[in-house]
Amino acid sequence: MTGAAERIGGATAGGAVRRGPRRTAGPFRASSGAVATAFLVPNVVLIVVFTLLPLVYALVISFQDLDSLGGTKWAGLGNYAELLADPVFWQSAANTGVFTLFTVPVGMAIGLGIAVLLNGVLPGRAVFRTIIFLPLVVSGVATGVLGAWMFDQNNGFIDKFLHVLGLPQVQWQSSGGWAMTAVILMTLWQRIGFDMLIYLAGLQGVDPAVQEAATTDGASGWQRFRLITFPLLGPSTFFLLVMNLIYSFQVFDTVWAMTRGGPGYGTTTIVSYAYRVAFDEHGPQLLGYGAAVGIVIYLVTLLITGLQWRFNAGRDQAD
Amino acid sequence: MTSSTWDTGAAAPPRKRHGRLLWLRIAVAVIVTIVMAFPLYWMLLTAFSTRGDLYAPGLQLWPAHFTFQNFVRPFQEFPVWRWFGNSLVVAVVVTVITVVCNLLAGYAFAKLRFRGRNALFLVLLSTLMIPPQAIIVPQFFISIGLHLYGGLWAVILPEAAAIFGVFLARQFFLAVPDELIEAAQLDGAGRFRAFVSVVLPLCRPLLAVLVLLTFMGEWNAFGWPLVALSGNQDLFTVPIGIVGTLQGQYTSDYGAIMAVNLLMILPIVALFLAFQRHFVEGLSRSGLR
Repeated sequence: MTGAAERIGGATAGGAVRRGPRRTAGPFRASSGAVATAFLVPNVVLIVVFTLLPLVYALVISFQDLDSLGGTKWAGLGNYAELLADPVFWQSAANTGVFTLFTVPVGMAIGLGIAVLLNGVLPGRAVFRTIIFLPLVVSGVATGVLGAWMFDQNNGFIDKFLHVLGLPQVQWQSSGGWAMTAVILMTLWQRIGFDMLIYLAGLQGVDPAVQEAATTDGASGWQRFRLITFPLLGPSTFFLLVMNLIYSFQVFDTVWAMTRGGPGYGTTTIVSYAYRVAFDEHGPQLLGYGAAVGIVIYLVTLLITGLQWRFNAGRDQAD
Repeated sequence: MTSSTWDTGAAAPPRKRHGRLLWLRIAVAVIVTIVMAFPLYWMLLTAFSTRGDLYAPGLQLWPAHFTFQNFVRPFQEFPVWRWFGNSLVVAVVVTVITVVCNLLAGYAFAKLRFRGRNALFLVLLSTLMIPPQAIIVPQFFISIGLHLYGGLWAVILPEAAAIFGVFLARQFFLAVPDELIEAAQLDGAGRFRAFVSVVLPLCRPLLAVLVLLTFMGEWNAFGWPLVALSGNQDLFTVPIGIVGTLQGQYTSDYGAIMAVNLLMILPIVALFLAFQRHFVEGLSRSGLR
């Protein structure tokens, strides 16, 4: 992506620019503060007003009993205490855990498998890759709505297909566990292209000469993969792990469009829970409580990112 | 790193003795691709099928009675065109605001020197970790307080408060040689003129990635619009219209829902097929530290 700039850089650096005393008048004078301000103000204002301020505000609200009619009472840690005592919160946390456990490692394993399959010479490779990648640009809502129809308990494709195979009907909608399975399958369908993409890029960096050497030494295909390829893909695996963990932890649109968190609270994830309590179940109310859930979501995200940074810092030093 | 993967199809040397393996790989790839493409095909099939066929017993892989009715009914009964208009307005306006702001800020961080640059950069970097889902409640109050609530700006402004593009833009601008900018300024161009007339023309790839990804993100946006547009059907964007209205009204009429769903994904799929490389480039980076 930096190609164009670099090419032009090569042309100018050796060329016309004379280095003289006027160089101090270049773009880097300390007095460019005013200019810098002009360049920065629009983005900084937007971020402060609609991201940073809301975070502080969320923290404040989370200590209040607040409803949309403006009734405000300080609640101290009341919202958080209530949260920890709410079995639905723990059910949502458990649902999010199950969803993450099945979407992240399984998705990465399938994505890696497809990447290995498509790596190297393969007729029609570009077509396979494009189609497998395509669901990633389909929105979460479109995926969820499509999933609701495909897994429709009476008329959906999946049940009709199972019937053709002579298998029994599955309660995709009325059983919480099966509904979660359906949501996970649709999410895998949507996200596998991303895992494939990153692993394909990683495989490009694996030197074929190392593979050849291992083959000469008598290593089997599986051994080569396990002992050479997979370890060399470490950075890709780590990147995907962090990205997918954050995505799965914060999932909302696919789930909401597909099941509304139901049946009961069977597929209610943490973010769906926050939306449900703050806005959906009885119109906008319990907003202080909803803000407290938001703060919990933020803290967990912070934890995941913090672990990533720590790990990365260690890795950079090792390099 | 990824764009090169996408372009250079075959890096590994062909291995002739693995002919049978190659056929096996092709077979598996075909099966995987069919499985991945099938849900989209099912959407297409449903959108062109009659209600009678959809709810008849038995598996039908081709519409027995081909129909366009599903594309007519929802548009007659609900303001679906309006939703598409709203989606377009939101996506275009957010994209313009976001990309302009990101480019300007990215340029300042890459090429201008000012006090507090590193501190400000770190503060902005830290906002990457704030999930939009975590601040919906305060955003609700802020959009009411700023009198945005009840209009499309309630969606547009908070959605335009994006930061990822700043980092992408900064990285790109860092590779633009200082001498080029200085030369423009020696010729009498101001800093802004130098940015617009010398630096920007170099950034077409950056612009393409930023514009396409932002547009896609906003066309597909769901969480905040669901809260911000709640209750006013005329303000809905397409995803909100499908979830907020159609799913409730057409509980046993998936033909109509899939028709609108299909029209909703079509522009993005078309953009993706036309600008695949830019999508791949952007999507593989978005989220990089």
